[in-house]
Amino acid sequence: MSDKMHIKLNVNGEDHEFLAEPRDLLIYALREKLNITGPHVGCDTSHCGACTVTVDGKSVKSCTMFVAQANGAEITTIEGIGQPDALHVLQESFREHHGLQCGFCTPGMITRATKLLEENANPTEEEVRFGMAGNICRCTGYQNIVKSILAVASELNSAKEAAQ
Amino acid sequence: MNDLTPDREERSAGLKGLGCSRKRVEDARFTQGKGNYVDDVKLPGMLHGDFVRSPYAHARVVSVNKDAALALDGVVAVLTAEDLAPLNLHWMPTLAGDKQMVLADGKVLFQGQEVAFVVARDRYVAADAVELVEVEYEELPVITDPFESLKSDVVLREDLAGQTEGPHGPRKHHNHIFTWEQGDETATNQVLDGAEVVATESMYYHRTHPCPLETCGSVASMDKVNGKLTLWGTFQAPHVVRTVASLLSGIEEHNIRVISPDIGGGFGNKVGVYPGYVCSIVASIVTGQPVKWVEDRMENLMSTAFARDYWMTGKIAATKEGKITGLHCHVTADHGGFDACADPTKFPAGFMNICTGSYDIPVAYLGVDGVYTNKAPGGVSYRCSFRVTEAVYFIERMIEVLAIELNMDAAELRRINFIKKEQFPYQSALGWEYDSGDYHTAWDKALKTVDYEGLRKEQADRVEAFKRGETRKLMGVGLSFFTEIVGAGPVKNCDILGMGMFDSCEIRIHPTGSAVARLGTISQGQGHATTFAQILASEIGLSADSITIEEGDTDTAPYGLGTYGSRSTPVAGAAAAMAGRKIRAKAQMIAAYLLEVHDDDVEFDVDRFAVKGAPERFKTMKDIAYAAYNQAIPGLEPGLEAVSYYDPPNMTYPFGAYVCVMDIDVDTGVPEIRRFYALDDCGTRINPMIIEGQVHGGLTEALAVALGQEISYDKMGNVKTGTLMDFFLPTAWEVPNYETDYTVTPSPHHPIGAKGVGESPHVGGVPCFSNAVQDAFRAFGLRHTNMPHDHWRIWQTANDLGLHE
Ligand code: FES
Ligand code: FES
Repeated sequence: MSDKMHIKLNVNGEDHEFLAEPRDLLIYALREKLNITGPHVGCDTSHCGACTVTVDGKSVKSCTMFVAQANGAEITTIEGIGQPDALHVLQESFREHHGLQCGFCTPGMITRATKLLEENANPTEEEVRFGMAGNICRCTGYQNIVKSILAVASELNSAKEAAQ
Repeated sequence: MNDLTPDREERSAGLKGLGCSRKRVEDARFTQGKGNYVDDVKLPGMLHGDFVRSPYAHARVVSVNKDAALALDGVVAVLTAEDLAPLNLHWMPTLAGDKQMVLADGKVLFQGQEVAFVVARDRYVAADAVELVEVEYEELPVITDPFESLKSDVVLREDLAGQTEGPHGPRKHHNHIFTWEQGDETATNQVLDGAEVVATESMYYHRTHPCPLETCGSVASMDKVNGKLTLWGTFQAPHVVRTVASLLSGIEEHNIRVISPDIGGGFGNKVGVYPGYVCSIVASIVTGQPVKWVEDRMENLMSTAFARDYWMTGKIAATKEGKITGLHCHVTADHGGFDACADPTKFPAGFMNICTGSYDIPVAYLGVDGVYTNKAPGGVSYRCSFRVTEAVYFIERMIEVLAIELNMDAAELRRINFIKKEQFPYQSALGWEYDSGDYHTAWDKALKTVDYEGLRKEQADRVEAFKRGETRKLMGVGLSFFTEIVGAGPVKNCDILGMGMFDSCEIRIHPTGSAVARLGTISQGQGHATTFAQILASEIGLSADSITIEEGDTDTAPYGLGTYGSRSTPVAGAAAAMAGRKIRAKAQMIAAYLLEVHDDDVEFDVDRFAVKGAPERFKTMKDIAYAAYNQAIPGLEPGLEAVSYYDPPNMTYPFGAYVCVMDIDVDTGVPEIRRFYALDDCGTRINPMIIEGQVHGGLTEALAVALGQEISYDKMGNVKTGTLMDFFLPTAWEVPNYETDYTVTPSPHHPIGAKGVGESPHVGGVPCFSNAVQDAFRAFGLRHTNMPHDHWRIWQTANDLGLHE
């Protein structure tokens, strides 16, 4: 084991400082050091996306990044996306359209979807399916996840149009 | 008062009871990342456990040296079979009546088998220590083929050597587990011998894995001060785990509390009892600290229960007109190193004897031989009732093969052989009593919706165009009609380790008219907290929003047998309805007392009891609840509570008609699903939104199994598909949109007529996808080819048929 490193992260708007080994993965730092357990672990090969968080504005599979690589970064997890009394539209939409079942993939799905809609505000169904292909769900068959995301996109777009 | 009374319909809608697409109460916490899964459990002083696993599929364990591991800073203990033996915990019973090593006792029987359990300060130290445990192995000959196993001199299970009698009868060979026979073989053979037409086919239903997104795990905490053990874990049957833990450990059952927190999908993977659970308990007892064990994905795919692995041979007899006269089925079942099948005790091949399917087949025979090999143990029902997926795949392939033999349309062949509506309850040749069904109506609706005739016409045109060289894509029309058998089950038939498979519900109504209900089941994503409240709302007249559902804590929930095999709605759902009716019966007496009339003079009306003939005189269930706690009512105890243990009189038999339209590129082997239509009949529909979600999910798992998902081994017994790089889980990109539809044929014996739906789409989906692929090649002479139909295999099929020339 090597010496510990001094890590600073801003997670969901809060500053954290702690010691970590160079080999510590971001996902375990979040889950086990900071008790942010929304992001989950579903594989060991960067396939499932259950661990998806946003690091400095980009979707990242946090099982595939050392916490040392994230030093100094701004991170958003599912816990920072909405609040109980002010849910994010995607959180509402997943519930409305039954876009989740066991809920294990959901934090990663919603976190990824927030970025997807920033990258492409008006996606086609194909673009949603392609843009979400890094996140695996074993329960829903994706149909209602896609529906949840498309519903938000069209809601946001009609709001935008109305504003113009 | 009177004119303020909302009309009946409005009151009924306000309850959000049966038939309402109520939004899920679970979603608030899941969408905010506030689920509580086993890996989220964190206790003061908690240690982490990790396994040393065998790299060999068959080997003697010569020695285990723990010194280097124990010397590592942060390592607290390393357990081997030797450490567990004095506690008699080095082996454990399996649900199928066999026993299984918890930690390798002298030898290993499959790659990935648990050899030692390392306990350390954190997961990183534990993983380091695993590398430091030195195990010396002596390799033994490996057998991965069950047919070879039955001929081999190599004795896989030395602990059973010389035992000619197993838990399910005689063993024919040292690697043989059981023979299970149903039906009348002599009569079946007579029919086959005299038949006008006989179609014969052998098929392999490959080994696969349920692979829920969350792997298996547990946290054990032994409190040595008060002698209590608390165990959190991914358990589909928490009470069974408590009983097994008590029997194994000698800790009295009241001193064990088992908690299934939120479960990230199960699909059968979390029914069995795994060595990791046992080791976490022992480690906590030994160290006096809480111990967590959570497997990683590779461990999950390599060691915890697989599904399927059935070699099936069928013979089906028919008249020239296509009327089926008999069916013969033999299965060689590969159970791996231990028989750890999650089947009810009396059915070593589960409900494989539903293999006559939806057809009126007068005579039939089924024989199953279970065999040991050097593969992972198990045999769980992956999103199906025990072995029903295999049975339905078998019959739905046999029908297709018979259609080819008869040169007949496969839809028509099904139609003329369906059990007719008036034949229900129908006694099948292999011993089941189908409760209700209307197959012809469902089939006709499905074929009409997809314009079946039009599809066949288009397909024929496509074949011609292909032959003319105008296209390289063939078109397949996949059909399947399935009958599931779910809701295990009547105690007289079904038990697990001797415990009858009833289920239970306990309801407490609070004075202010809200309620809590606890059940012996556990949701893994099915939305029980939402749907059970709906069943109760309709029964007791309180809004579903005022009813909390709790499951998964053995200290509070009544004893139940858990959730798998689509049994929650058929069994626990029935228990909920029955408990609700007990509440209602007492409420009726309270209402009559309050209204000063005789008990028989009040009647239940949605959310209240009203005086017969005078609906303006009533007491709402809320009024009644309050009175139950605040008034002394002569002859009645205070309070309003009920508990019901429900032993179903029969299983339920959901069914469905599926059609898949597929285009297949013969040069790349890529199938493109153009359309998938699924009609399900699950009896009374509790929450249509949730049913639809279950159908989407089940179909997607069916797509995976049919088109690529497989646990495969090389000759050395190495798992070739042990990570998500090789084990196919479809993403949003590979999955189509599905069309769902339904008919409603209630179960006559279930209190609310519901049948269960979670697994139907998987059971019916697999043969439908597979039939679509195979149907595309029917015009070129294909009779049968085994799943999974991945791109390479489809290309190979096309190549074998000479379509690349
Ligand atoms: S845990 Fe599967 S991609 Fe990160
Ligand atoms: S909801 Fe269970 S994995 Fe997606």
